[in-house]
Amino acid sequence: MIPAAFEYARAASIDEAAKLLDKYGEDAKVLAGGHSLIPLMRLRLAQPSALVDINGIKGLDYIKVEGSKVHVGALTRHVEIQNSDAIKDKLPILAEVAGEVGDNQVRNMGTIGGVVAHADAAGDYPTIALILDADIVTNKRSIPAKDFFKDLFTTPLAANEIVTEVVFPVADGPHKYIKFRRRLFDWAIVGAAAQKMNGGWRIGLTNVGPTPVRAKAVEEALHKGAKPEEASQHASDGLNPSGDLRASPEYKKHLARVLTRRAIEQSA
Amino acid sequence: MKHKVATTINGHRHEHEVEPRLLLVHYIRDVVGLTGTHIGCDTSQCGACTILVDGKAIKSCTMFAVQSEGKSLTTIEGMAQDGKLHPLQQAFWDEHGLQCGYCTPGFIMAAAYLLSQNPNPTDDEIRQGLEGNLCRCTGYVNIVKSVRSAAATMGGAQAKPAAKSVAGRS
Ligand SMILES: Cc1cc2nc3c(=O)[nH]c(=O)nc-3n(C[C@H](O)[C@H](O)[C@H](O)COP(=O)(O)OP(=O)(O)OC[C@H]3O[C@@H](n4cnc5c(N)ncnc54)[C@H](O)[C@@H]3O)c2cc1C
Ligand code: FES
Ligand code: FES
Repeated sequence: MIPAAFEYARAASIDEAAKLLDKYGEDAKVLAGGHSLIPLMRLRLAQPSALVDINGIKGLDYIKVEGSKVHVGALTRHVEIQNSDAIKDKLPILAEVAGEVGDNQVRNMGTIGGVVAHADAAGDYPTIALILDADIVTNKRSIPAKDFFKDLFTTPLAANEIVTEVVFPVADGPHKYIKFRRRLFDWAIVGAAAQKMNGGWRIGLTNVGPTPVRAKAVEEALHKGAKPEEASQHASDGLNPSGDLRASPEYKKHLARVLTRRAIEQSA
Repeated sequence: MKHKVATTINGHRHEHEVEPRLLLVHYIRDVVGLTGTHIGCDTSQCGACTILVDGKAIKSCTMFAVQSEGKSLTTIEGMAQDGKLHPLQQAFWDEHGLQCGYCTPGFIMAAAYLLSQNPNPTDDEIRQGLEGNLCRCTGYVNIVKSVRSAAATMGGAQAKPAAKSVAGRS
């Protein structure tokens, strides 16, 4: 399958990338790891007029711990997050999640900036960004994760806006991310995240709606002393997932409850 | 507009003018003429098109040829040295790691990457490491066996892709 024709330009800096995006106009897109964009282009579900390749921008792939924050540059590949000692030490749930994204080949190319900008409902990092109150930083501003994932494939990013980094708080307490899928490398049918932080629990769900979900009702129940099996019954409160080839809405809600319980119980 | 792409493939320099939309796998097969890299799904799922770019396994159907500018690529044709099969190729042969062979180049390149990262993987680690590759006829038991056997032959040494040899037009 051959993508529709497009113009191609390499940017050497964020500024240059923004200028190129301005020049090519609304239908231009950033090319990062290409592992969401190229599959869509091959199916011609995406037909950008131009691609601005940001892979050559130096200093956009980094993992820095500064005080109580972990800064992850937009071009940081999944494999680097998975193997980073700093992440394993200060934000181990992110290393765990990165290791569960796709397969080796996907992890060698795909970037954290690409996952958040793409805002696929089944993207794994957005759930973590949401429950940890991470910030998505662009060349123009900083946007809290709770205001970033607006709808399916929908974010507040302007056409010439480039994600430069994602800033997480340090979170080194017990945690677990459980992804339910039929093949090892697949996207989540449903995913559940549990992270203990500042004495309380943060619980999140992947692919149970158009955006990642923070399961506040579960968090509150745990806070009031409910056991994981009781608290996790609230994981499907208010959910209205759409069914697809892999799972009906009912089944997704069932998975939300079961996986939430397992994520809490298996947190270490 | 066409763009220049200059790469080193299996130790040989190649330079062409290509359309940006040309996928790397089509470039390797149709322009360079190295047809050992296969297209199994064209949806980024099967891994048949796996090659090494600067030593890292990637799916060449999910990268544009223009993105390989300045990079060093290794395809299945770059594995054998001076007419002698690479230990992974030999092991797939000896352990019956293939039937039709369609998926094999991708498996071998993904396995070469795996062994470069982890020279002595457990069976579980081999299965994890090859999760991005699908085989529709052999089943995975003999493939895992082949990789285990190659790891032993290579004595934990890194899978070193070829620096020379290999046919291919430039
Ligand atoms: C077989 C397979 C399995 C996968 N499984 C999973 C999975 O389990 N979980 C998961 O989360 N993902 C999965 N992915 C997707 C993968 O993680 C992608 O890498 C990711 O979704 C997109 O990142 P990218 O760097 O490849 O972005 P690209 O594909 O290059 O870009 C995606 C979109 O984001 C935009 N964009 C990219 N970077 C920026 C930026 N810095 N600023 C502004 N806009 C930007 C692009 O313009 C484009 O619209 C899978 C992909 C494949 C092929
Ligand atoms: S052809 Fe590239 S992954 Fe199947
Ligand atoms: S040997 Fe036939 S697909 Fe793997």
